[in-house]
Amino acid sequence: MAESRTRTYLGVPLYRPRVAFFEFSSCEGCQLQILNNESTLLDFLSLVEVVNFREAMTERSEDYEIAFVEGSITTEEEIKRLKKIRKNAKTLAAMGSCACFGGVNQLKNRFRNPASAKREVYGSHPVDSGPVRAVEDVVGVDLRIYGCPISKDEVEKIVLHIAIGKSIVVPKYPVCMECKRNENICLFEFGEPCLGPVTRAGCDSWCPSNRAGCWGCRGPAEDVNLRQMRKIMEENGFSEETIIDRLECFGGFLSLMKPERGRHG
Amino acid sequence: MKKTCTVNIRPLTRVEGHGNIRIKIRNGKLQEAEWSVVETPRFFEAILKGKKWDNAPWITGRICGICSIGHTLASIRAVENAFGIVPDEQTRKLRLLLKHMETLQSHTLHLCFLVLPDFMNTGSVFPLIKSHGDVVLRAAKIKKLANDVCDCVGGRRLHPTRTVVGGFTMLPEKRQLHEFSERLKEITEDLMLLSGLIREFSLPDFERETEFVSLKGENDYPFIGGDLVSSDGVHMKEHDYKKMTNEYMVKQSTSKWCRLSRGSFAVGALARLNNNFDFLHPAAREVAESFDLKPVTHNPFMNNIAQLVECVHVVKESVSLIDELLDSEFGEPRQEVRPRKGVGVAAVEVPRGILYHCYRFDDKGNITKCDCVIPTGQNHANIQHDLEALAREYASKGKDDRELELLAAMLVRAYDPCISCSVH
Repeated sequence: MAESRTRTYLGVPLYRPRVAFFEFSSCEGCQLQILNNESTLLDFLSLVEVVNFREAMTERSEDYEIAFVEGSITTEEEIKRLKKIRKNAKTLAAMGSCACFGGVNQLKNRFRNPASAKREVYGSHPVDSGPVRAVEDVVGVDLRIYGCPISKDEVEKIVLHIAIGKSIVVPKYPVCMECKRNENICLFEFGEPCLGPVTRAGCDSWCPSNRAGCWGCRGPAEDVNLRQMRKIMEENGFSEETIIDRLECFGGFLSLMKPERGRHG
Repeated sequence: MKKTCTVNIRPLTRVEGHGNIRIKIRNGKLQEAEWSVVETPRFFEAILKGKKWDNAPWITGRICGICSIGHTLASIRAVENAFGIVPDEQTRKLRLLLKHMETLQSHTLHLCFLVLPDFMNTGSVFPLIKSHGDVVLRAAKIKKLANDVCDCVGGRRLHPTRTVVGGFTMLPEKRQLHEFSERLKEITEDLMLLSGLIREFSLPDFERETEFVSLKGENDYPFIGGDLVSSDGVHMKEHDYKKMTNEYMVKQSTSKWCRLSRGSFAVGALARLNNNFDFLHPAAREVAESFDLKPVTHNPFMNNIAQLVECVHVVKESVSLIDELLDSEFGEPRQEVRPRKGVGVAAVEVPRGILYHCYRFDDKGNITKCDCVIPTGQNHANIQHDLEALAREYASKGKDDRELELLAAMLVRAYDPCISCSVH
């Protein structure tokens, strides 16, 4: 505690929040992204007090202020666990596409018959798994950290802002803006489908900068014109199927494209 | 001497995913020892059904947050095998370099951030930042280098973007490769210092004979594709992977289990090393010998050491790979893809062992069947058998709860399990 009082940032005393990391149905990659920022990891760890992080530490405490929750929710047990976390945390951040929208896991929901996915993988062996849900479909969420995976710089910036009491602003504009700023050649010129025109920015156009079209992992930007985007994609020769594959991949665009779901028996 | 003891770890920490350990010893007799996997399934094999071929690497890479590059490369190879695409030399070398750097990143994460605290009597790496800052910084330096190469060659350290069926969306610049080569040469010293530190620890003296399964090296230590081999003498072709894995369901686990010649088998660094020791780089072999690690080693805790040995191997081999790439003229980054009807299988050695992806396509290149067999899934039965043997051995010795709890956790951790991956 003494240490938290003495730390300062730009001369301002720093508040050192107690943070916890939790994972539900996911690849746990977003948590790893936090350990993946080797050059700033130690600074980051000095900003917060990590009290619960199963993937990295054995000690655990239920006394925390910020809970970072990764993964989608698929079982009753997960719902119970999530509700307890919500009760303990002052701030609950949904971290990554699985937590924000269901992520790739929610592609399971497109089967008309929920039992068919189970049968495909497990045959007649009983397995507990319901429809895939985003964290906010189960409990209230205070903060969303978008991306599959989350951008390690962005999550550090968010935590820094919490610690110094600065507001957190997520871009409302689409990835295209960042892509243009990075002076990339438009991927449509390479014949590559891309959801850059409609996806929320903040990733610094990571995929298009690597010449891979955007799959919309950060969900829709604000006031997107999905119809116009589809028209442009069609004009560029991309099939309906390709467009839907991208739009439904991470779950962020689902509310804007309901009718197309459930194509598979 | 205490002869009654209960261990109940729910869930095990410092591993990827959710698994529980339960051990009950009464009056010096083992009553129960169970490794159970409670991870929730995500149904990747069902999700891909009906999807076009280009979804496969993008989506299945998301099976795992640690070895996403391995999954992506296995997926790409399976699609290419189905479509009859043979990657050129340049693509093969870049993929292997990328693979090596994932191995280095993953092994370093496991050894220094997850395992090291057990030997330093801490619950995590965090207190070690203060007490053993030098070690943590060295580990972070190695991991950062490996991740930086993955960012550059694969387009991201996690869930890569440049890796596609047919090759890469774009190539690294030669000056970047040159810089990585210099940094790789530098970290050999860091690895040697780490191995000096690890040599001071005494690993639990526990052995249980088992079967080891891996790719079979022909001229090199194997990583991407080739025949399958076991230390019990089984030898099969890549496309016969189902006969090598024989998946089945058990009550205590949402992950499938596997078997081959006996009740269980092991995959991973130790299995690779046991089956392909002669193909290790001389510098890596030297490190192995300094730990008295030679084939066939049956102590599962030695998987940690095998990972350290592989770190040295992949660093040395990556330097040569980069030299060869720098000496060659770069050609086109990718070749054209023509989908066709058929089945494609890929076997790739990822950090935790041999990984298989298999897809069946219709004539439009849509997936009609998908199957992924994960390394940790192949290890679960072996972990269970080891846990029983370990608990039985210690039951008669009369260890206290805490001691047995630590040993059991260290045993499972030695396998570096990737549990959510195994359930997928």
